[in-house]
Amino acid sequence: MKIKVIYFAALREQAKKNDEIIETSFTNPADIYNLLKKKYNFTLEINNLKVAVNDCYENFDFEIKEMDSLVFIPPVAGG
Amino acid sequence: MFEIKNESIEEYKNKSMLTPECGGVVTFEGRVRNHNDGQSVDSLEYEVYDALAVKEGEKILREAKNKFDVIEAFCAHRVGHLQIGDLAVWILVTAKHRKQAFLACEFIIDSIKKTVPIWKKEHYSDKSIKSQWVYCTEDH
Repeated sequence: MKIKVIYFAALREQAKKNDEIIETSFTNPADIYNLLKKKYNFTLEINNLKVAVNDCYENFDFEIKEMDSLVFIPPVAGG
Repeated sequence: MFEIKNESIEEYKNKSMLTPECGGVVTFEGRVRNHNDGQSVDSLEYEVYDALAVKEGEKILREAKNKFDVIEAFCAHRVGHLQIGDLAVWILVTAKHRKQAFLACEFIIDSIKKTVPIWKKEHYSDKSIKSQWVYCTEDH
């Protein structure tokens, strides 16, 4: 299935793109992050991240559906 | 109300949410300082995941209003490239009494630092040090 992945901050810089559509058979954010981590050599470990699906925080075992948008969230630093 | 702006948020400091029952107003200004972790900092670059940040920010303000006896709560956060001294975040809380206003204001800024998807990249005065994305691990 196709999924939209949007990148921010350190992940955006390491992926060298703002977003992309990926084709994958994985259906949860944890597996998809591990796939992308290998592809782009992301330095952040999954336990340092949060994940948002369709602009809502979800767990890493959340079931992703076709054309969901997925954002892996590096440690935040507002304020 | 939680707002994110790409330009100066200084004008918000004129904002008033006063109502007749209000007896205490607490505001907080978060500004860009010239050092962090022993390094001299030149400027900060803030990046935001807008859709989720506004949603999370609104949730924090709602929580503050439920948790404390406050009348109104407002926050503006600036993003983009900020210089030393620039106002990055501004919070306003009104309440009947001061204590609840202070507590709510502290709760809001602490929560923003934990859950609102905003990131900052430090640019250092010493250009041999690579700019980096930082995050706070302590409650200062």
